[in-house]
Amino acid sequence: MNRTSRLARAGWGAHPVLSLLVATVWLLMQESLVVPQLITAALLGLLVPRLFHRFIGPRVRLRRAGLLLRFIVLVLWDILISNLTVARIVLTPGSNPKPAWVRVPLETQNHTAIVMLATIITATPGTVSCIVDEERREILVHALDCDDPEAMAGQIKQRYEAPLKEILG
Amino acid sequence: MMTTMTMSDLPLWAEILISLMLVTGGLFVLIGAIGMVRFPDFYMRLHAPTKATTLGVGGVLLASMGYSWQTGHFGAGELLIGPFLFLTAPVSANLLAKAALHLRVPTRAEVPPDIPLD
Repeated sequence: MNRTSRLARAGWGAHPVLSLLVATVWLLMQESLVVPQLITAALLGLLVPRLFHRFIGPRVRLRRAGLLLRFIVLVLWDILISNLTVARIVLTPGSNPKPAWVRVPLETQNHTAIVMLATIITATPGTVSCIVDEERREILVHALDCDDPEAMAGQIKQRYEAPLKEILG
Repeated sequence: MMTTMTMSDLPLWAEILISLMLVTGGLFVLIGAIGMVRFPDFYMRLHAPTKATTLGVGGVLLASMGYSWQTGHFGAGELLIGPFLFLTAPVSANLLAKAALHLRVPTRAEVPPDIPLD
């Protein structure tokens, strides 16, 4: 009892999601599931977050892991579709895309959610997060071809921010 | 470990599928490059590299994974390249955009006036 609370204070296992990620990445890099590698993965998963806890901020909590999977599929699908849209803009001779700056006001205050939202915006072709302003709670997005910035901001919020808020709280 | 297996040892359907994914991936990287040449301002050209890292690299990675499976490996390394790119490409794009806004690089679209650029 006393021992576990001391361990918790020292930060062992304070970032379970990160620990799991580190261990998984290690095993994928080794391409092996033999026992010594499993032990190494477990040690690294415990050690790395402990060593770097000063740099990694608050722990990530997954409130709804099932929704996360559905969300990943949705994002991959959107990446595919917008790739095709942008490819069409590039390949159409004489196409004249209308670039625009889109301000996306943020509702979530969760640091991880904001970072993930900015990353997803950039990963989907056609939009790039240019300024992530956590103080003013706003992301400034450059859109390659956009007629209605406000509609686009609304779509980003509804499609990505709302599920992220639900997953990460 | 060295394998002496070559592409011609694969079944025909696997060869076709892997080649198809390689060509698709290469095509999207090429489209990204054409976009970089065609687009008129810095911020629009910024969209090209983020595009190449998604479908273009995705296609090449899928092809590589398919080849690994066919030659009896798991191909887990490829599973990692995708997420690593997903994490790093947006960071560099964001820094480039920030630097450009700070230097007031001209843009075809109007930057909202009350955005702090410094």
